[in-house]
Amino acid sequence: MSALSRMRLRGLVRKEFYQILRDPSSIAIAFLLPVFLLLIFGYGISLDAEHVPVAVVVEQPDVETASLAARFSGSSYFAPVFLSDLGEAENALRERRVNAIVHLQQDFSRRLRRTDGAPIQLIVNGTDANTARLVIGYVQGAWQTWLEQRAAESGVTPGTPLRIDQRVWFNSELRSRNYLVPGLIAIIMTLIGALLTALVMAREWERGTMEALMVTPVTMGEVLLGKLVPYFLLGLGSMALSVAMGLWLFKVPLLGSPWLLFGVSALYLLAALGMGLLISTVAKNQFVAGMVAIITTFLPAFLLSGFIFDIGSMPTVVQVITRFLPARYFVASLQTLFLAGNVWSVILPNIAALTVFALLFLGTSRCLMHKRLE
Amino acid sequence: MWRRINALMIKEFLALLKDKRSRVVVIVPPLVQLLIFGYAATFDLNRIPFAVYNEDPGLASRELVARFAGAPNFHQVATPSSDAEIAPLVDSQRALMVLHIGPEFSRDLAAGRPGAVQVIVDGRNSNTAAILLGYVTTIADGFNADWMRQTGGAVTARLEVRAWFNPNLESRWFLVPGIVGLLTLLVTTLVTSLSVAREREQGTFDQLLVTPFRPVEILIGKALPGFIIGFGELTAIVIIATLWFQVPLRGELSTLYAGLFLFLFSSLGVGLMISSLAVTQQQGLLGAFLFMVPSVMLSGFATPIANMPLWMQHVTLINPLRYFLVIIRGVFLQGTPFHMLASQFWPMAAIGLVNLTIAGFLFRRRLY
Repeated sequence: MSALSRMRLRGLVRKEFYQILRDPSSIAIAFLLPVFLLLIFGYGISLDAEHVPVAVVVEQPDVETASLAARFSGSSYFAPVFLSDLGEAENALRERRVNAIVHLQQDFSRRLRRTDGAPIQLIVNGTDANTARLVIGYVQGAWQTWLEQRAAESGVTPGTPLRIDQRVWFNSELRSRNYLVPGLIAIIMTLIGALLTALVMAREWERGTMEALMVTPVTMGEVLLGKLVPYFLLGLGSMALSVAMGLWLFKVPLLGSPWLLFGVSALYLLAALGMGLLISTVAKNQFVAGMVAIITTFLPAFLLSGFIFDIGSMPTVVQVITRFLPARYFVASLQTLFLAGNVWSVILPNIAALTVFALLFLGTSRCLMHKRLE
Repeated sequence: MWRRINALMIKEFLALLKDKRSRVVVIVPPLVQLLIFGYAATFDLNRIPFAVYNEDPGLASRELVARFAGAPNFHQVATPSSDAEIAPLVDSQRALMVLHIGPEFSRDLAAGRPGAVQVIVDGRNSNTAAILLGYVTTIADGFNADWMRQTGGAVTARLEVRAWFNPNLESRWFLVPGIVGLLTLLVTTLVTSLSVAREREQGTFDQLLVTPFRPVEILIGKALPGFIIGFGELTAIVIIATLWFQVPLRGELSTLYAGLFLFLFSSLGVGLMISSLAVTQQQGLLGAFLFMVPSVMLSGFATPIANMPLWMQHVTLINPLRYFLVIIRGVFLQGTPFHMLASQFWPMAAIGLVNLTIAGFLFRRRLY
């Protein structure tokens, strides 16, 4: 086996570039896909519920119930519908026209003056547990402010002995877009990296051009590098595009260093491309390679990377599985780099993990590529 | 006609299943993924690492800390003893939350003044932060109610919360039926979107066109294998969801299968449309991707459609998965009867018909 030859490598890279330029689908993957995905997801994915439709059932309206109901109509969190009959509200809940029912019984005002207090009944549609929990939180907030307002008006001591003073660091407004966009960039890079390279080796095998390559003096290392270099550059371009969109279109703050971001991204891209190449080398068949690439990248990156579901809450077995996912380390690095800054205690272990994956995938691909026909 | 379709179907099955790798790839991953994702996909936090910085020697603060430490989903990891120790804990993600009780807390409470407690939350994942703050509020409410009862204060109004259809608010009940839709979409689109493109690339599609097959027959022959595989896999997945994950199946199976039938019909339609547009397998794969990724993300699977801007909500109307998720969740958790879901059935039928028509049309025209 001869050493790397720059001339041969240049030839291979140039050939790959021509192939990219002449089949528009690779260019589309690298530049149109991130724009399209980031636009759709940046606007489409949000966990901030506002204007939640709520039925407020007041059986006997009076001053007390009116002041409580005003808490709902005056808030941007709720879009209240006022009803007088519980049965009607229950039907609306069943037909998904409202998400929750706030029910004040007939004797509400009378029981307010008794020592055990008056119940405010809250019925939520628990199907979507996450939204249900948010709605409960909103109603709790409305209820508390109402209590405090009442206490202030009547001049007695404040209603609640313990007051929680909450500080949310790194994202004080709890804007879900701030954490979703960095995660989305990670997912998009996972898709692009694997998609770009998953088919390239399999295609050469399927079309028989691999045999043609074998009779030339190129080494397998050169073939691998020749595939890697063009797609790496393409991937860096699409990463830059995604970050630019995140910063200027979605107004996500970047507190960390841009150079560190560049370094981590380059490292991750090597791992993602390496994974695509490995799939492609093993599969030798475009159908299988495509299937494997989609199955091993998109859904795992979406569900297991900590992008949206908290890894710490998963069962231990699943947490162990997530450790084998390069996307997990990239998502964690990006969220920290964007929102918290250069926190080395988070970044360094992630960089180490990404390096291991990049070396592992590229190294394994190299080992599995033989200049041999089966 | 059916004899010809039958022959084409057998050929498609052979093309799909004769190769061991492609056989494994079509059948095994969806089942494995359901198991892993079923456990992974949950919004419930069950081990929140938190730290307590308690400057107050009083009884009240100790009781408050005990409430947090005793809560099943909180897990105390550190007890910092100065302000300076808080930031590193949160920065390095060792603690998701820090509870800071000032030195005056017990004294304030005893004097009848409100005692303030600072809660610092890592907002890097704002959804986790919001859920966590909800848990904190619940604990604080419990503390308040007990304190008032002990000190003889009057309760004025109390909140009684009930959740219908999912009393413990387990997000797994919501997400596992969603995964059923997700995986079905994945398998059917992949199986069909490459089926025509592969023949085009290998040149066998021209041969197919000169046979006595009519485009409709080719269409049916290409669609049926995906249909049968999808149907089988879905049934397996539904069984796992009910028996393994214990998601309650409250509605009629017939309603579920009606929805399933239409969902497969519409997603196969899209798959075949993509396939007949593509010239190479790479283009077919890219097309499948461009359809599948947004369909999953914008289906209401993890983030509700109601949270999207209005124009985006209108875009989701062409997404078949959106309708299927409403049906499968309705049937599973709410036992929704057939007639209440009619508005979800016909859009899927329409999407399927439009796409299959376009695919049939493209079979003829796009030949090069």
